[in-house]
Amino acid sequence: MPKAAFPNKILPYLLLAPQVLVTLVFFYWPASQALYQSVLKEDAFGLKTEFVGLSNFSAILSNPNYLSSLQTTLIFSVSTALLAMAPALLLATAAEKVVRGKGFYRTLMIWPYAVAPAVAGLLWLFMFNPTMGTFAYMLRAYGVAWDPLLKGDQAMLLVVVAAAWKQISYNFLFFVAALQSIPRSLVEAAAIDGAGSTKRFWTIVFPLIAPTSFFLLVVNTVYAFFDTFGIIDAVTAGGPARATETLVYKVYIDGFVNLDLGGSAAQSVILMAIVIALTAIQFRYVERKVHYA
Amino acid sequence: MAAIELSEVRKVYAGGVEAVKGVSLTIPDGAFCVLVGPSGCGKSTLLRMVAGLESISGGTVRIGGRVVNDLEPASRDIAMVFQNYALYPHMTVRQNLEYGLKNRRTPKEEIARRVEEAARILEIGQYLDRRPGQLSGGQRQRVAMGRAIVREPAAFLFDEPLSNLDAKLRVTMRAEIRRLQRRLKTTSLYVTHDQLEAMTLADQLVVLNAGRIEQAGSPMAIYEKPASLFVATFIGSPAMNLVPLDGPGASPLATLAGPGKAKQTLGIRPEHMRLLEGGAGVRADEIVLDLSVSGVEVVGAESYVTGRLANSGPEIAVRVPGYSHLEPGASVKAAAPLGAFHRFDAESGRRLELA
Ligand SMILES: Nc1ncnc2c1ncn2[C@@H]1O[C@H](COP(=O)(O)OP(=O)(O)O)[C@@H](O)[C@H]1O
Ligand SMILES: [Mg+2]
Repeated sequence: MPKAAFPNKILPYLLLAPQVLVTLVFFYWPASQALYQSVLKEDAFGLKTEFVGLSNFSAILSNPNYLSSLQTTLIFSVSTALLAMAPALLLATAAEKVVRGKGFYRTLMIWPYAVAPAVAGLLWLFMFNPTMGTFAYMLRAYGVAWDPLLKGDQAMLLVVVAAAWKQISYNFLFFVAALQSIPRSLVEAAAIDGAGSTKRFWTIVFPLIAPTSFFLLVVNTVYAFFDTFGIIDAVTAGGPARATETLVYKVYIDGFVNLDLGGSAAQSVILMAIVIALTAIQFRYVERKVHYA
Repeated sequence: MAAIELSEVRKVYAGGVEAVKGVSLTIPDGAFCVLVGPSGCGKSTLLRMVAGLESISGGTVRIGGRVVNDLEPASRDIAMVFQNYALYPHMTVRQNLEYGLKNRRTPKEEIARRVEEAARILEIGQYLDRRPGQLSGGQRQRVAMGRAIVREPAAFLFDEPLSNLDAKLRVTMRAEIRRLQRRLKTTSLYVTHDQLEAMTLADQLVVLNAGRIEQAGSPMAIYEKPASLFVATFIGSPAMNLVPLDGPGASPLATLAGPGKAKQTLGIRPEHMRLLEGGAGVRADEIVLDLSVSGVEVVGAESYVTGRLANSGPEIAVRVPGYSHLEPGASVKAAAPLGAFHRFDAESGRRLELA
């Protein structure tokens, strides 16, 4: 790539400044604060702070609540990622077959992505609210004992669906692009080679979109880990009995509700490590993108 | 082994484009039929209808006597070689070859035997464990052929299989495809826009134009007696020279006009003419044309001298052995034997035979 030459030596720095400033103020400063806080202990009234080394970390990691929250998060994230990807793939393969109104169909599919997480959460909350939700009413009419406000597994199901729902659009777009990049002649060659449509999908199409699927798996897991605070807060607020309290939600509860700043900061530091690891996986993968042809 | 018979086959695409307008053709068992025509004339469409990749809007397609109109591609007992090879990129060469056989539940030993044999015939044995991405264009081409021959189908279908190769490789692969087909004696339908490829490969040559068959026959029959102006200019390179009889410069040719009042166009191939240089004499059966040279194209073994007929007439190319030193602007005389001229109805483009 040719190097662009700026006539002015200062201009490039000026142009970079806003971005650098934003990163400093909204990332490095809070991150360093979290690191700092995570080795301190503050009493409940905020009068005294003392240096406690790594004891916040050891307290967290030996706390059964934290470990069960970790488990909740894993279940939540994997379920959300899978539930967000499978229907997206199904819809994308269906979109391939649409002859007329392809654009309209795709636009419709993209809309949900524009809905803010908290709004998405509220939407699902209303639909499935045990006392006034339409769907809750229908479920009960079919004899399902529906009460996510009391039953942990139902609450989990509800937040998973609410979180996955809006990701379907995003995944759909990627799957459509991936499917389009498969040359039609490959599928035709497989048809001549005697593979039926199901077999063609699993032996030709699916392996060829595997790189996209893997990419989306990472993206969706990261989303479910870190970007679902609004949905959980709106739908279940972590309840009932912590059944939907993910790691991110727990940081908020412990820090802002229970006012355990040191413990909360240590939890964020652990989360930060997880983000860094996941991002590293993603980058490594993007760089070594699987090239076939 | 099977003959392919098309009768009144038509294709109208969803948008209303009529790509194939009633094609009837019989390819005898074991023959190599080449479908040639300019881009967009409906060659691929026709081939894909035979393969079952495109629905047939009208008429019938028979393979080995069986009507296949409503059969899936897999049930038609054909194999196809695609222009971009369409090899499965995530499978090794061996897996590519095995795929069609496994889908048909061929016994393991039989699969191994056929893959072995195809690898030997095509000399791809040492690449069997590589992926297509690790092969050169020519090697991929061989694998694509291998995938077709392991199936031992009733017919091979080729859609411009050589157009992604460089010129030299194209010539080698062309000869190889021909040799392979002679050896296997499998009925083949081959589509190309390259008339040279068509001439050299075909037992049966079919010239397609705008969705219709313009002429079908042996390559030499078509070369010697093109049925229309379109075929006359499409087959042969450089193209046949055309002189409208009522145009400028045509007066020396007036004696060649056939009976009837129709407007006529005469055609003569560059290789049937010679330049009168260095006092060469004119034979009694020749006509002499005055040309003012407009360009010289030196091919190597021969040159093509192009000149305008009688200053304002059509351009005429003449083949000259070796290297021509003529300069643009020079005046030359060219001789053409009377028997080498073709006559066409200028309006319909059809060939006119002298009774
Ligand atoms: N899927 C399609 N839908 C509509 N029109 C098509 C389609 N495929 C080809 N055509 C049209 O049909 C005509 C013949 O195309 P094709 O058979 O591909 O020609 P060729 O292979 O001789 O270049 C062209 O005018 C092309 O635009
Ligand atoms: Mg074509």
